[in-house]
Amino acid sequence: MDVPATPSREPTGAAVWLQGAIVLLGRFPALAGVDLTVEPGEIVLLQGANGAGKTTVLRLCAGLLPVTEGRAEVLGHDLVTDRQSVRHRVGLLGHANGLYDELTVTDNVRFWARAGGASDDEIAAAMDRLGVSGRLAEVPAGRLSAGQRRRTALAALVARRPELWLLDEPHAGLDAAGRDHLDGLVRDAAEAGATVLFASHELDRAMELAQRVVSVAGGRVARPTDTRTKGAPDPESDGQHVA
Amino acid sequence: MWRDLRLVAAKDLRIEQRSRVLTTQVAPFALMVLILFAFALDPDRGILESASPGLFWVTVLFVSLSAVQRSFAIEVADGGRDLLRLSGLEPAAIFLGKALALAVQLAVLEVLLFAGVVVLYGTDLKAGGVALALATAVTATIGLATAGTLYGALAAGLRVRDTLLPLLLLPILTPVLLGCTRAFEAALGTTVGTPISDGWPWVALLVLFALVYTAGGAVAFGPLLEDA
Repeated sequence: MDVPATPSREPTGAAVWLQGAIVLLGRFPALAGVDLTVEPGEIVLLQGANGAGKTTVLRLCAGLLPVTEGRAEVLGHDLVTDRQSVRHRVGLLGHANGLYDELTVTDNVRFWARAGGASDDEIAAAMDRLGVSGRLAEVPAGRLSAGQRRRTALAALVARRPELWLLDEPHAGLDAAGRDHLDGLVRDAAEAGATVLFASHELDRAMELAQRVVSVAGGRVARPTDTRTKGAPDPESDGQHVA
Repeated sequence: MWRDLRLVAAKDLRIEQRSRVLTTQVAPFALMVLILFAFALDPDRGILESASPGLFWVTVLFVSLSAVQRSFAIEVADGGRDLLRLSGLEPAAIFLGKALALAVQLAVLEVLLFAGVVVLYGTDLKAGGVALALATAVTATIGLATAGTLYGALAAGLRVRDTLLPLLLLPILTPVLLGCTRAFEAALGTTVGTPISDGWPWVALLVLFALVYTAGGAVAFGPLLEDA
């Protein structure tokens, strides 16, 4: 709690850069001073027990939570001074899927993807990629299985082509084929230049997917993953586990 | 802005079209309220007819509460609020889109209810009162939809939203109830000796209310979406 919420003066070039980031939910410190750097194109796993703060880190990076103290920069946007501007550039898949039960799969994907500026071609391609086109496309979301709902939400995210993917337990509800499919999507997105930060309890699969693992405990990154300061070189960190 | 507004309004109206909550639940409830009023006041049809403007708008107020609650229940059901914040949609456009969809639903209900009032209460429009009745209905509907959407957003993030919303919204809607009842009395001629022209100042009040809540809602919706 020693770093005041002061705005950054120049972008770090990192996709995600948190320094001493503190987030209070009411009086409860959901994050108690997180230091984290994620470079563009990286796939980083947030690993930790329930309540460790993984979801809070993801929501902070999406610009959904205010930074109480410390510094936070995502895709060049300073979250301390302006956390709205980054939102249309990130894609968040949280515990909930954000689907309207009465609308069909197509309607749901179209609504969220068009809101994010996706074209009809991008929407159709994303639905094909996630296997929610064809007969499934006209099924109301309320009648989908958990895995189908997850794939529908992912199709909306993919169609928007976010620069930063924030995935909270993305494998939940998916069958083995769906999980493989998701991992392929994540790798392709990273190859195309997107950055992926995700939390998962499925460690074997997640470790295989991630290029780097960051441990979160008690609202902090267990050991600093990156002690870099702005403008300084990026030293190897002993808190990183390379999968 | 207009693209976002259309997107949100179309989404809400499509949800209503698919779920049919308005036609299968809210409209029957509203007609039942009218029938109950008729049972309660039947011994004297004169009172029933003269009170019909007030009874009509009180019923509209009740059903608008249901419609507002429904409008925000669909957003919180599967975490849609966070996605709305991340969507890139203009908060003012979300507000206006949801208010527009709500206004369309209320307008449909008002037509149904007015038919019910005519049949059950024997109410009739005065010759020359049609324009006043239409102006009253349009401005009151806009006021109900915008104020309802604003307070619906305020209550949406709270666990006690279902019980809190009526407590928040009904006092705010008192000027609307007063204005549209008086204007309808003039339009329907239910109060002896009241000329149609007496209704127009009340329409002006409804216009003012609608303007204040449309502008205020468009400005305040963003912060409310963040905080609720």
